[in-house]
Amino acid sequence: MLPSELAQKLKTRFGDLISGPAEFRGEITLKIADAEKIVEVCRYAKNNLDFNYLVDISSVDNYGEDPRWTVVYHLRGLTHGGELRLKTDVGEEKSELPTVTTVWKTADWHEREIYDMMGIRFRGHPDLRRILMWEGYPYFPLRKDFPLAGKPSELPGVAFTQPAPLEGGPFITVAGGEDAIHREPRVRNPEE
Amino acid sequence: MRTETEVGYNTKIEGDVIVTRVDAALNWFRKNSIWPMPMGLACCAIELMAAGASRFDISRFGSEVMRFSPRQADCMIVAGTVTYKMAFAVKRIYDQMPEPKWVIAMGACASTGGMYRSYAVLQGVDNIIPVDVYVSGCPPRPEAVLDALIKLQNKISREPVLEKLTAVAAFKS
Amino acid sequence: MATVQDIEIRDSAARTAQAADELQDVQGDKMVLNMGPSHPATHGVLRIVLELDGEIITRADPDVGYLHRGDEKIAENMTYTQFIPYTDRLDYLAPLANNVAYALAVEKLLGIEKDLPLRCQYIRVMCAELARISAHLLGLGAFAMDMGAVTVFLLIFTEREKIYNLAEAISGARFTTSYTRIGGVMRDLPPGWLDQCQKFCDEFIPALSEVETLLTRNRIWVDRVRNLAVISRADAVDYGLSGPNLRGSGVEWDLRKNQPYLCYPDLEFDIPTGSIGDCYDRYLVRMEEMRQSVRILQQCIQKIPGGADNKTNELVNVPDGKVVLPPKQKVMTKMEELIHQFILVTQGMNCPPGEIYFGHENPKGELGFYINSRGGGTPYRMKIRAPSFVNLSIIPKIFPGCLISDTVAILGSLDFVMGECDR
Repeated sequence: MLPSELAQKLKTRFGDLISGPAEFRGEITLKIADAEKIVEVCRYAKNNLDFNYLVDISSVDNYGEDPRWTVVYHLRGLTHGGELRLKTDVGEEKSELPTVTTVWKTADWHEREIYDMMGIRFRGHPDLRRILMWEGYPYFPLRKDFPLAGKPSELPGVAFTQPAPLEGGPFITVAGGEDAIHREPRVRNPEE
Repeated sequence: MRTETEVGYNTKIEGDVIVTRVDAALNWFRKNSIWPMPMGLACCAIELMAAGASRFDISRFGSEVMRFSPRQADCMIVAGTVTYKMAFAVKRIYDQMPEPKWVIAMGACASTGGMYRSYAVLQGVDNIIPVDVYVSGCPPRPEAVLDALIKLQNKISREPVLEKLTAVAAFKS
Repeated sequence: MATVQDIEIRDSAARTAQAADELQDVQGDKMVLNMGPSHPATHGVLRIVLELDGEIITRADPDVGYLHRGDEKIAENMTYTQFIPYTDRLDYLAPLANNVAYALAVEKLLGIEKDLPLRCQYIRVMCAELARISAHLLGLGAFAMDMGAVTVFLLIFTEREKIYNLAEAISGARFTTSYTRIGGVMRDLPPGWLDQCQKFCDEFIPALSEVETLLTRNRIWVDRVRNLAVISRADAVDYGLSGPNLRGSGVEWDLRKNQPYLCYPDLEFDIPTGSIGDCYDRYLVRMEEMRQSVRILQQCIQKIPGGADNKTNELVNVPDGKVVLPPKQKVMTKMEELIHQFILVTQGMNCPPGEIYFGHENPKGELGFYINSRGGGTPYRMKIRAPSFVNLSIIPKIFPGCLISDTVAILGSLDFVMGECDR
């Protein structure tokens, strides 16, 4: 069964909740309007459409847009080999959505990493704590408003951080922007 | 302060005995039996293992065993990126090593933070422990590690050991 | 300018008390043991907090992140080509495979993966398979050395040195090669490389057989790893395992066969799978995968278009000036190539807005790159799906019930790399 057919099945089951499917480079992406319903969609995908393998959960920071966070789930079915991408948006004030650890156990560590790096909380997660940085680190590093060099922090006995010397860099073009002039690195202030 | 190693040897008089200074003898013993403690954190650890394997054989230079316990080691080779999360552990292990001890910062990441100028990487292990020899490279070839070991041996051979030991003894008494 | 930091280390009693607080239900006779970040057998900087009842583990809590270097944030500030050296250091036992995975991911985003010349595809397959042999060798050597079989470690390093020679001939660096580029490879094969590769294949199989005679039917080895840490099929799929760990549990899933890329459909090879899912099965799967990799290498050496010296002048890069750096003679003399060179170096190749995910069959499992692009030469968000990160998440499930001395065997059989896990 082709992934496009499976995506159609998901769409007919959930109706207006799901928009799409969008196709890019041979991959199907479905957008889920309400982040709270993600568990039901995932459970249906696993039990009925046989997407038994969760490849990855990622998060994207749409800095400057509302809703700020996009959480991306990559599903795969090992029996039929089809892949599907589910995206859902979360606003910044809420910064919370339900966990899918009840559907796939591998989501446990992926969600901990998203909490650690972006600050999005997962309701119902068995053990939501930082995984890559240490407990008590005050920032969420992968947010767009956190500088690459880092900010100073001090946790006596555990760890300390200091900003790394970037000497005004990184001297690189910005992503997005409609043409080369808008992507020029000198347009952007390095302190941002 | 430099000490000259002086060895006097005349077969007709001494036979199998050589005459030298205490400094030179102690330094000679120390430099030819440096047992490293590999603080193998990242990719440089693999080149350190290659330096210890049969092609580049680090035990030719006296580093017969890689002692993973700091209490039994002389030299800590920091091989790999030191992150802020790991920094305290590195310092704690350095403190547990008994004197005399030396540190080789192997690779770009241990020397200065390398190409990882980010929020999570300590920019050089010399922010927390004193380093004797820096090795550049990403990762440095095993020959570079052996060269660093030889440089460390030369540094050890110039150390005024007897002066330090007598000073410590005088301080304690 | 170096600054000196004063650090205060609290005494060990306070630290043990703090560690005990982390595990809520420590009662009476259970002991908390810290298998610390600096440990000879943890294959890198992994910390596991073990709760013990005598010798038996009742709870295990891995603590990763001691090598977290901020790769994903760095990727948002680099062009796609500038990020290639960072991909080397992900799974640092098989840097060529990571390079191939990353280049394929960006080429999928650009939409040019079908335009890759055939010679380039064969070279990349050979690099990936050499990397697979190299990584499995070291995983095996470290596994055996931790269990006490030190000879194996020295034997495999001899073979690894031969692979290092091949990598050095092709890219200039023994180890962190940064060999592939977006749209092709850095340069063509040097003369004599294919003969060297064939010689390696001929010498490798007897050496591997020698290692097998030391381990595979060795009574001590089998007793230590048989029926240890059995991972069932359902668990392996549910916990997202990939690579030899997944295949050791009997799930037949290999990205080279199920989602083929490059020229793998033209090559004949088998996928070994285990039956029980214990440590011994994973070890056997890795041994057999090495033999299959040699089989693939020998086929590639026969079939590569252009042969050893590339007499027919096959291309190794996609002939698109907007993606691949043009040849230097043209850059110095023609205007259009000069502009291409300038734009590619300063701004990077102009990728369309969109998002892709590409999974590559790395030696450790499935290395995936999720690239979310908003146009331009830098990614807006790059997520690296690291196989070792996901493989380690099964530790709290399989450790309880084992003895302390089994931890070393289990960690060795899971074969993870912290550079990849923490990124």
